Amino acid sequence: MSLPLLSLQKAVVRRGQKEVLKGLSLDLYPGELVGLLGPNGSGKTTAARSLLGLVALSSGSALIGADPVASLSATARARRVAYLPQSRPVAWPIAVHEAIALGRFAYGGQTGRLSGLDQAAVDEAVEACDLQQLLGRDITTLSGGEAARVHVARALAAKAPALIADEPTAALDPLHQWTIMQVLARQAGRGSGILTVVHDVTLAVQFCTRVVVIKDGECLASGPPAEVLTPDLLAKAYGIDARWTCDADGSALVVHGPAAQGA
Amino acid sequence: MSAGPTDHSRSLIPTLAVASLVVVILACSLGETPMALSKVVASLFGAGDATSRTILWSIRLPRALAAWIVGASLGLSGGAMQGLLRNPLAEPGVLGVSVTASLGAVIAIYYGFSASFAPALQIGAVVGALLATALIAFAAQRVRDMVGLILIGVGLSSLAGALLSLLMNLAPNPFTLNDMVSWLMGSVANRSLADIGLSGPIIAAGALILLMTRRGLSALTLGEEAAYGLGLDLTRTRVLVAIGCGLATGGSVALAGAIGFVGIVTPHLVRPLVGSDPGRALVPSALAAGVLLVLADIGARLVPSDNELKLGVVAALVGAPIFLWIAARRSAQGKAQ
Repeated sequence: MSLPLLSLQKAVVRRGQKEVLKGLSLDLYPGELVGLLGPNGSGKTTAARSLLGLVALSSGSALIGADPVASLSATARARRVAYLPQSRPVAWPIAVHEAIALGRFAYGGQTGRLSGLDQAAVDEAVEACDLQQLLGRDITTLSGGEAARVHVARALAAKAPALIADEPTAALDPLHQWTIMQVLARQAGRGSGILTVVHDVTLAVQFCTRVVVIKDGECLASGPPAEVLTPDLLAKAYGIDARWTCDADGSALVVHGPAAQGA
Repeated sequence: MSAGPTDHSRSLIPTLAVASLVVVILACSLGETPMALSKVVASLFGAGDATSRTILWSIRLPRALAAWIVGASLGLSGGAMQGLLRNPLAEPGVLGVSVTASLGAVIAIYYGFSASFAPALQIGAVVGALLATALIAFAAQRVRDMVGLILIGVGLSSLAGALLSLLMNLAPNPFTLNDMVSWLMGSVANRSLADIGLSGPIIAAGALILLMTRRGLSALTLGEEAAYGLGLDLTRTRVLVAIGCGLATGGSVALAGAIGFVGIVTPHLVRPLVGSDPGRALVPSALAAGVLLVLADIGARLVPSDNELKLGVVAALVGAPIFLWIAARRSAQGKAQ
């Protein structure tokens, strides 16, 4: 296989006495939508942030292509990996189109000074996230679902080969969750590599080309979601007793309760 | 794609630049002996009678220019600080530079340097501002986030404020104390072109550095993590804003003493006109604050009173109600959502 867009190799992150990542390895290839799953506190966000150079590794390496992330300038890094963080606080009531145009930051673009290339990237992102109707709106007045789409569009506008999205569907209604995952899946279908932290196992099965399940800073399993996310593994990862119910249209996970001891 | 706010901002900067010119000429014309506008303009270009030229070049023009420069540097610093800290309550002195510059000036008064050598006061303030700027810039490289930087700034403010109070407490005589209090109230009275020559380059250097951070401040609108993802070097931005604000604010304190409210209020006045983008608000904020402070100084000179009103007092009297109005409007909007 070709060179991964992003990779963590035997990454160790210590916070005080605790090892948050215990030698985690992870790759992201073009065309993949990889779901990063695991219980709260398992190290998903830390893994994502260390790939961006936001968290320093105690040992191991975080690579963008063949380059250690710390060796890249901020601009060079941003051109190769876009980032949609978990918390998305907006400080000022700027217009939606301005927020999306900020996605062109690494190329010098911004409202009022977008090159043709910048504008094309912005238009494409607006189209992908179906935001034509909201462009003039004040971003602080949007609903949660609308705002989430704007932030995704902002990240897509960078047109980086890789995207790291930390819980892009958190706190959204089912339609918006589906819409966001659909946008990410389409983007992966066009050749981008996307790594997304997800909590909804059903969504992961429906949209991800591969899932990586981590617990206590270690990788439990990695592979196609339908093969990896067995009731046994879910019991191990989340401590739940859960079954898949399937029909012709797909499968959904039903959680029956905590897993029996020793499961 | 709509570009509404940008259209405003395009005419905004030229408008405010013309307004700046107009109020400075107006300030030169008004006074105890009003000077006709035609005479002001003639004297500016070296024509007219010698008395008018002297009044203009050694009294009124330096005073009006000093007010504009101080206002502009505070408006710019306030806008940059609010953008960096993503906080509408931030003001130019939030990191402790203003108080430390004031401390430098008060030290010069306390030890009598300024009595024997007039520029010592301004030099003391410049030294205080530069020391505080260096300290904050050093801290900006090391802190993990903006909150860490604010805490260090608050600490520095408190320490410099305590030392300042100590010197006032220990003032050897009422005249010294009076000099200190009077300077701290802030004024541009009796400033000369030489005074401007001392603080001006420092302020200009700070202003240039702040203008370099415009795009970064825009990116910070989406939060520090997102701005990092966009390709912003957070540490570099923090350091540049700390140095730029330190030089611009410190230089203005050296020139005029402590002038409040202009730096915190003006960014709020112009931000709605530039689509709320903190980067694009910088230049309009500087120009508008310059205009406001020249107008406030005209007020300080023209209001009849036994003691001439201090500019810092007038600026606060005008600025504080505007600030309350902005705060009330803001919370009303919040409720409407």
